[in-house]
Parts: sequence; structure tokens; C-alpha cells
Amino acid sequence: MTNTTKSSGKSYKKEMPILWWTRRTSHIIFVMRELTSLGVAYFAIILLLLIGAISQGEESYYEFIKLMKSPILIWLSIISLLGLIFHSVTWFNLAPKAMVVKFGKYRIPGIVIMLSNYAGWIVISIIVGRFLLY
Amino acid sequence: MADKITLEVFRYRPDDNSEPSFQKYMIPLQRDWVILDALNYIKDHIDGTLSYRWSCRMGICGSCGMMVNEKPVLTCAAFLENLIPGPVRIEPLENFPVVRDLVIDMRDFLEKLKRVKPWIIREQEDPAIEEYKQTPDQLADFKQYSMCINCMLCYSACPVYGLEPEFTGPAVIALAQRYNMDNRDHGNSARMDALSDESGMWQCTFIGDCSKVCPKKVDPAGAIQRYKVHGANTWWKNLLLPWAKDK
Ligand code: SF4
Ligand code: FES
Repeated sequence: MTNTTKSSGKSYKKEMPILWWTRRTSHIIFVMRELTSLGVAYFAIILLLLIGAISQGEESYYEFIKLMKSPILIWLSIISLLGLIFHSVTWFNLAPKAMVVKFGKYRIPGIVIMLSNYAGWIVISIIVGRFLLY
Repeated sequence: MADKITLEVFRYRPDDNSEPSFQKYMIPLQRDWVILDALNYIKDHIDGTLSYRWSCRMGICGSCGMMVNEKPVLTCAAFLENLIPGPVRIEPLENFPVVRDLVIDMRDFLEKLKRVKPWIIREQEDPAIEEYKQTPDQLADFKQYSMCINCMLCYSACPVYGLEPEFTGPAVIALAQRYNMDNRDHGNSARMDALSDESGMWQCTFIGDCSKVCPKKVDPAGAIQRYKVHGANTWWKNLLLPWAKDK
């Protein structure tokens, strides 16, 4: 058998542009989902600082609260909260893909898994909220 | 007007030393044509030098994948009619090296596929057993993953693969799952290494486009996330119950 096509062995590869994630909505949402994890980190750090302040006594606790009431931190908290909600919602919507729960032959439908995640979120928020509002 | 449409086709001829470019072809617009019919028309009537792959014309062989207006599709399943008025841009599958025109180099994919041992592995073959039985429910566990036709559209849709070519990638992980979840198979741990190293499933950031473009509804993104859960569980199990063996 003879080789009819000569291959030069060369090939061409397109580079990914730096702004690749701006070309599709799904990619923008993905990048937002990753970035909004900073909101989660923000609240985790605030919580640790709060616990630290409480352990130092009443005075440092009130000082911390006063600090948190400064306009910059209020804005930062609002933005972080919005980010955190976006982050949680996108992940809850994806949960059914990763979690396949089966009872014998019966596979629990994805929507049930998704809604139970939301239900858990709401229940825990209510419990925590009650503590805070007392 | 309406009876013609323009195709802008990616051309790359390595022996010319020329840079890749787009070539315009005006072709008759037939309502029942798919993109592949249009390319065949160009090859037969306008320009015989155009190179591309195809075989079955019916969404089974997986060889005709290309980017059509920046989306990875099987060109034998994408109707021209839906792309009126054009122009329609046709490029080789993204994230792969281009050998010529619309033909990509798929060796990387084939190497990766081999690494996960996509066949049934038995601990021991027992010649006395004539058949290994499987119930319809056991089949249903992985049937979806077995529908993959290796068209590689999911690799083109995956930015992680584009940025990090080492990544094992969607279809290969879904196919590994196809065998891992088969009740006749004992190869889970033999496949684990290839899937859980630094180029394996943990690279996936769950963008999910692979599942959207898959023409066979394999849902590779789902397969990878489920495998991550399995991987994490195995890790904990090995830590807490080191004597218990994975299949
Ligand atoms: S998983 Fe789907 S898109 Fe990916 S190679 Fe298989 S059939 Fe094609
Ligand atoms: S030609 Fe076989 S899948 Fe399109």
C-alpha cells in the first residue's frame, strides 16, 4: 500500500484568549460562581473574628459590633451576602447532578434532591435567625 | 436571495506554509440539508481540496464533529435551515490541534481513553461460568454512559481542557464510570489512579457545558461529579476502615 497523502507533521493550535470566559453566558455564570465564593470566605472570617472578640470579653465585643456598623463594612457585608446567595443558589441547583440517591430500584428525582437542599437551608436559617433576634 | 447561503469555512494547509484563513463558499440552500451535506456539495462541485471527516451520516460514528457558529455540533445532525440567513462559520473542533482544514488530531483523546481501561476487568475468569448475568436495573445504572460515540464535542466545550490539556476530560471519565458501575466489572480500583491524579476528575470545575453539547445525552458532567463523591467516600473509607476493600 502506498501513502497517497504526505503529512508534513505540522499542526495548528489556537490559543485560548485571556477573556475566554466572556464569550458564553454559561462561562460568565461559572466565573461568577467561583468569584462569589469570596463572599463565603468573608463571612467565615467575620465569624472567626467575632468569636475572637467575644472571648476577649464584653468590651471588645461591643467594639467589634461598632466596627461592623461602619458604612464600608456594611456595604461590604451586603455585597458579600448577595455573592453568598448567588453562590449557594447555583450550587444547590447543581446538587442533583452529583447526588444520586436510590432506594432499592427507585431513584429519587433530581428536583426532590434540589428542593431538600433548599429546605435545609431555610430551616437552618430560621433556627439561626431566631437565636439572633432574641 | 433565500435560495443561497454562504459558508465561511476554516482552511489550514500545512504544506503551503500558509496561515489559517476563512474561505467563503456560496452554495444552494436546500431545506433538508445538514451542514455535512453542504460540505459534501462544496467538495463535489466547488473545491475538491477541502478536507473533513465523516462517515455514517446518522449521528453514530462520531467523526463529523465541528464548530458551527462557535458551537460544537455533529455536522450530520445540524440543519442548514436553522442557520438562515447565514453566513455560517465552520471551524474544526476547538481545543484540539488542527491537522488540515476541518480535521483535528485526536490522538490525545485516544491515549487518555486507553489509560482508564475501558473494558470489563475481572478479578478472576472462571471458565465454568458461561455468562455473567445482569438485570435490567443493573444495566440502567450505567446505560446512559455507554451511549457515548467518542465524538469529542464535550472536549471542545470544556474550557478546563482548553486551558489544561493534561485534563483527562469529560467523555473519558464518563466511560470509566460506564465500566465502574457495571456489576460484572471488578476494575474500580485499577481505574482509580488514572482518574484521581492531578490531571483527573478533580480538575473539573463543573462548568457543565460538556453535558449541554453532548448529542447522546451522556451527561459527562454528572458522571464526573458522581465520581468525585465516590472518590471522596473511598478516601474516607480507606482512612477509617483500611481493611475494607473496594471492588
Ligand atoms: S460524552 Fe457525549 S459529547 Fe462527549 S464524546 Fe461522548 S457522545 Fe460525544
Ligand atoms: S457522520 Fe457519523 S456522526 Fe456524523
